[in-house]
Amino acid sequence: MSRVLIRGGRVLDPASGRDETADVLLEEGRVVAIGPSIESRDAERLDATGCWVTPGFVDLHTHLREPGQEYKEDVGSGGRAAVAGGFTTVACMANTSPVNDDPSVTDFILDRARQDSPARVLPVAAATKGLDGQVMTEMSALVDAGAVAFSDDGHTIMDSGVQRRVFEYSRMVSKPVIVHAEDRSLVRDGVVNEGPVSTRLGLPGNPAAAETVHVARDIQLAALTGAHVHVAHVSTAGAVELVREGRRRGVQVTAEVTPHHLTLTDEATLGFDTNTKMAPPLRSAEDVRACREGLADGTIDAVATDHAPHAVHEKEVEFTLAPPGILGLETALSVVLELVRVDELTPLQLVAALTVNPAQVLGLRAGRLEPGLPGDIVIVDPDREWVYDPAKGYSKSRNSPWAGASLQGRVIATLVDGHLVFHADRGVLLP
Amino acid sequence: MMGRDLLGIEDLDRADIEMILDTAEHMQEVGLRDVKKVPTLRGRTIVNLFFEPSTRTRISFEIAGKRLSADVVNFTPSASSLKKAESILDTAKTLDAMDPDAVVVRHAVAGVPKRIADELHAPVINAGDGAHEHPTQALLDLLTVYEEKGRIDGLTVAIIGDIAHSRVARSNIYAFLKMGAEVRVAAPPTMIPANVETLGVKAFGSLREALDGADVVMALRIQRERLADAYFPSDREYSATFGIDRAKLRFAKDDAIVMHPGPVNRGVELSHDLADHRPSVILDQVRNGVALRMAVLYLLAARHPGSKGGGWT
Repeated sequence: MSRVLIRGGRVLDPASGRDETADVLLEEGRVVAIGPSIESRDAERLDATGCWVTPGFVDLHTHLREPGQEYKEDVGSGGRAAVAGGFTTVACMANTSPVNDDPSVTDFILDRARQDSPARVLPVAAATKGLDGQVMTEMSALVDAGAVAFSDDGHTIMDSGVQRRVFEYSRMVSKPVIVHAEDRSLVRDGVVNEGPVSTRLGLPGNPAAAETVHVARDIQLAALTGAHVHVAHVSTAGAVELVREGRRRGVQVTAEVTPHHLTLTDEATLGFDTNTKMAPPLRSAEDVRACREGLADGTIDAVATDHAPHAVHEKEVEFTLAPPGILGLETALSVVLELVRVDELTPLQLVAALTVNPAQVLGLRAGRLEPGLPGDIVIVDPDREWVYDPAKGYSKSRNSPWAGASLQGRVIATLVDGHLVFHADRGVLLP
Repeated sequence: MMGRDLLGIEDLDRADIEMILDTAEHMQEVGLRDVKKVPTLRGRTIVNLFFEPSTRTRISFEIAGKRLSADVVNFTPSASSLKKAESILDTAKTLDAMDPDAVVVRHAVAGVPKRIADELHAPVINAGDGAHEHPTQALLDLLTVYEEKGRIDGLTVAIIGDIAHSRVARSNIYAFLKMGAEVRVAAPPTMIPANVETLGVKAFGSLREALDGADVVMALRIQRERLADAYFPSDREYSATFGIDRAKLRFAKDDAIVMHPGPVNRGVELSHDLADHRPSVILDQVRNGVALRMAVLYLLAARHPGSKGGGWT
């Protein structure tokens, strides 16, 4: 019988509210006991003294690029990057080539994950065929194949009538619809937040209203249809307020925020670095503050990376031509730990945003440490300093604004199904 | 402080600007000679790398380089390769391998000269990048105002037109503010960039208010090709509200001068008559552009390691 004993760590389990020094015993891949001084003679031991022991992280928003863009990332490399960052479960967006709008593609992604990914992979299927915003996908068949949510992501559905139908129909399969809330007619050619920075740089601005207009519309449509709408990567103070108000009114709306929208402002773009170009763009300091407050007061459920790998040659072009997006899986924890250090979040709140909350958005009984559940666990040293070098990371791409940055806090070990799949000193250990 | 490149006025301080203007005043003298040539940059190579088509600025740089005896090479990647996103950095590195002494870059996208400068050994001069900066235009405008007014400090400068999409506006805002002028901008609200006041200027929605007491009136070229994007409804409406003619110029000071970076849409931003006659100084701007660019090429290309430097005779 295979046993693993994680000893002496600070166990943080937001679902039960547990925050205490304890041991965790895993048996045959599952959690069997959590408590002080567990004895188990034949167990493999992992010393977690001085570290946090938390449920494995769940990422609602990644781009694994397979099928079709394997030069940027594939399910295997993305899965390895995930566990290196403490993510034991990742949802992957449908903008692959071909698009994940057909059960055969969903099937293929899951098959690739079984072969090659140490992390669990949950496909998000397209909401409309070909992401073209017109014809709904076969949601029932896609759910049978393993889709956990529906989204056209960056191909935002502009036609309100289509969006309404998508929302309505999604209720049949009881899955959330994830919206990338940007009104494309307002974004136009905008590539940086509209404001003092776009004015200084002379780059086309993308106004905060492009997001708020769309969030307002979709909350209205969620109220109309009773659907569960999940707002991806909230970036503006206005959107946070709209979500807060929608929830107060009882609309089924959840939200996520990225590590970069919690920690970087549009001023990061002043040097024209295309690794600061993303959609939605980095916003003002006031927006960052509102996103942090939204996360702290529970308006925003989850931290999600929007891990968006792009090849060096794609990013090393004119700012307006560079594809938006940055890597996120391997740096997310270190970046958001800042919020705990400045006392804006408790450790339990931060862990909740990375674990049980995103699991709940997808209706999964995961992201918690509970006897009987799979042993998906992360050991985090919140103080360990390290320098992030994307060239040495597990993603195939390197597009990160934190390249070369000194970060504080690091994932020491990641377990999936009770197996050690990553250790900071040994790297990713294939399943 | 001025570095090895000239990417924008934002990076310069007042002393840098004064040094460049002083140097340009010396260069003006060369243009008055019978033989308009000095050997200052003999044996140096200057590349005009114009990704965006331009006639006036390219010719101005070319004449400036030739008057300093540099070998001037014009490289204009085709518009189609632009659309295909041919790597600008590849182009830059290829050029660098040929060891030029200065590279003059124009590109339709903001930030490209900086990206190229990061890759090149040679100094890079920004000849206009998107709606970001056009530093030599602003410097030649300063030189022209100096000639006319004898000072910049304390003047009131009104920049009229499509501020949002204008690199000339941004560079001139920085330039005149750094030299102690008051700068106003005026245009229909669709052409005023977000939070423009953070640049240190005051924005006006009426031409009359903007011109009130102005010493310098700078009209910008209206980008008519952008009409599809509807920043203004028609030439007629623009001309009636923000176009400048002699009648509207009376709102400004009696001795106000009129400037324009060219080419002028006659009858739109400037009346036909003002485009050709005093108090407009448009051709002086063009003339000063050559001297100013000679100064910049001299200061940067002669300082470049591998060249011997040296003054003009």
